[in-house]
Amino acid sequence: MKTFVYIDHFKGDAQPAAWEALGLAKSFGSAIAVVFGSNVDDVIKNAFEYGADEVLLADDSALTDYRAETYASTLTALASSLSPNLILFPTTTRTREFAAMSALDLNSNVITDATGIEVNGDSVVVTRPIYEGKLFEKVTCSGTPQFITIRGRAFPKPEQQVGRSGTITKVEAKTDSLSTVEGYSVAAVGVSLSDAGVIVSGGRGVSNNPSLTPPAGLDDKQAEIWKAQQGFGLITELATTLGGAVGASRAAVDAGYIPYSNQVGQTGKVVAPDLYIACGISGAIQHLAGIRSAKMVVAINKDSDAPIFKQARYGVVGDLFQIVPALNAAFKKKLGK
Amino acid sequence: MKFIACIKQVPDSEAKVKAEGGAVSWGDAPLVINPFDEYAVEGALQQREATNGSVTALCIGPESAREALKHALAMGADEAILVSDPALNELDTVGAARVLAAAIQKIGGVDMVLFGRQTLDTGSGVTAAQTARVLGWSMLGLVGQIKVEERSVQVERVIEEGRQSVKANLPAVLSVVQSIGEPRYPSFMGIRKAGKATIPVWSLSDLGITAPAPLVTRSELLNPPAREMTIEIITGDSPTAIAETLVEKILAEKVL
Repeated sequence: MKTFVYIDHFKGDAQPAAWEALGLAKSFGSAIAVVFGSNVDDVIKNAFEYGADEVLLADDSALTDYRAETYASTLTALASSLSPNLILFPTTTRTREFAAMSALDLNSNVITDATGIEVNGDSVVVTRPIYEGKLFEKVTCSGTPQFITIRGRAFPKPEQQVGRSGTITKVEAKTDSLSTVEGYSVAAVGVSLSDAGVIVSGGRGVSNNPSLTPPAGLDDKQAEIWKAQQGFGLITELATTLGGAVGASRAAVDAGYIPYSNQVGQTGKVVAPDLYIACGISGAIQHLAGIRSAKMVVAINKDSDAPIFKQARYGVVGDLFQIVPALNAAFKKKLGK
Repeated sequence: MKFIACIKQVPDSEAKVKAEGGAVSWGDAPLVINPFDEYAVEGALQQREATNGSVTALCIGPESAREALKHALAMGADEAILVSDPALNELDTVGAARVLAAAIQKIGGVDMVLFGRQTLDTGSGVTAAQTARVLGWSMLGLVGQIKVEERSVQVERVIEEGRQSVKANLPAVLSVVQSIGEPRYPSFMGIRKAGKATIPVWSLSDLGITAPAPLVTRSELLNPPAREMTIEIITGDSPTAIAETLVEKILAEKVL
C-alpha cells in the first residue's frame, strides 16, 4: 500500500491529527508525507520525527495561504504523477475541502471523519460516524487513489523519535487560483475541542448563580450574560488546570453566553476526549450523541433527573458554582500544580 | 444578481436515529430542511436584498422534499426547484455535485450558489466544494460574512485558527456558517405564498444527464456500541469533600 499523508498546518503549526494519520499510514507499510507552503521547516522536521519515510514538498509562495483551487490542483498533479493507493488527511476545514475537489479531479471520492480503517490487500473499509454520531457506517470507495480524512483522536499518536530525518523531494505547485487572500484575524484559540484530551463544558445552568450581583445598569439579558460569563470563568479555570478545552451546550450558545466555536454536539462538534466534565448541562439527545466517544463523562447538575446522568460514569447532584471551584482546587492539589 | 441556495431534507435533529435491518430508521420524527441549510437560505436572502437580485432554492430528493423547499419559499425565496428521479436513490457526494451542477447550468445566469456547512445525515460537508469543482467556479468554504461587489465577492471564512479574509471572482460557490446570521422565521405571508407556489420537478432527462454511479458505497450500518453505564453519584459533607473524592476516583481510572 503506497500511502501519502497530507500534513495540514497553519503558518507552520501542524494539526496534531496529522501525526495520528502518519502513525496509521505506518501501520499499513511506509508513509510518505506531503507538505504544502513556505517556511515549513518545523513541519517537515516533525513529519520525519513522527515516522515519515520521505517528504514531498511543494514549496511555492502561491501555496503560502490556503486556497481551495491551488491546493486541490497541486495535489491532483502530484497524485496523478506518483499514483499513491491511499491519501490520508487529518480532518480540518482545509482538507475536507481540497481533498474532496482533488478526489473529484481523479474520478475518485473522499471519505471524511474516519474513526476506523481496515486494510486487507487492496480493500479499504472505513468506519465513520453519521447522523451526528447517532450511527456509524462502513463504506468503501471504488476510486483510486482513496482519499480519507481521519477524525482527531480516533487513532493513536505515534511516539516522536527526536532526530529522525529523511529525504525531501521537491514537487511542483499549481497556481491556478480564482481567489486572493487578503488577510487573517487570528483568534486566541486555546486547545481545540477536536484535539482535547479533557473538555470542561457548560450549559444554560452556568448563568444561574444566585450569589452573584451583576454590575448596575445592565438590563435583564445583559445581566444574565454577565452571570454566565462568570460561570464560564470557573469552567475555564478548571479546563486550564487540566490542560483541556472549554465546551458548551447548544442552549448556552443560543443564549449568547459563549461563541458557537465552543459548541459540542448536535450542530456543533463531535468530540472524543478522555474526560468530559459537563457542568449545568441537562443532556439533550444531540449533546449526548456528540460526546458518545468520550472515555469518561462526569456530570454536575442540580437536577438529579437530568438525562446527562444516564451517560455519566460519575455524577454530582449539586451546585456547580460550589463544585467546580472545589474540583479545580482538588485537581491542583493532586496534580501538584 | 442571481443566487441559489442548495438545500436538503433530513430527519429532525431530535430524532432517535437507529439502524434497523440494514437501513436508517428515525421513527416518526419529522423530515425537515437541514438546519445548516437554513443559513444558506438566509445568506442568499441577505444578498438578494443587498443587490436587488433573486433567490432560487434547489433540492435533490424525493417528492416529500417539497416540504423543505416550501420552508425556503416561506422564508422568502423567489422560486424553488426539485430535482427528483428514481435513479437518484444511491447518490454519493460526487454524484450529488454533478447533478446539482447540471441543474445550476440549466437555471443559467447564476452568480452565487450557497450551501450549508454540512448535512445532519451523512454529514461529509464536501458537496459544495465538489459542485464548485464540477462548475469550475471559485470555492469559498465556511463563510461567516459576505460582501458582493461588481463581479467579485469578498468573504470572511471561519477556520480553526480564526478568520481568513478572501476575495474571489464571481460566479462562486460558498458554504456558510452560523455567523452569517440567524435564519429568519417564515412570515405569515411567506407561508401562504409557499402553500400556493408550484414547484417544478426536474428529472435526469430534463438535465440531460444519466445517473452518476456512486463511488462510495455503504457495506454496513452500525448502532454505536452500547455502553455499560453504571453511574456512581458522589456525595459528601462539603463541596471540598465531594471534589476530593471525585478527583481520586477519576485519577484512579487513569483516563488522564
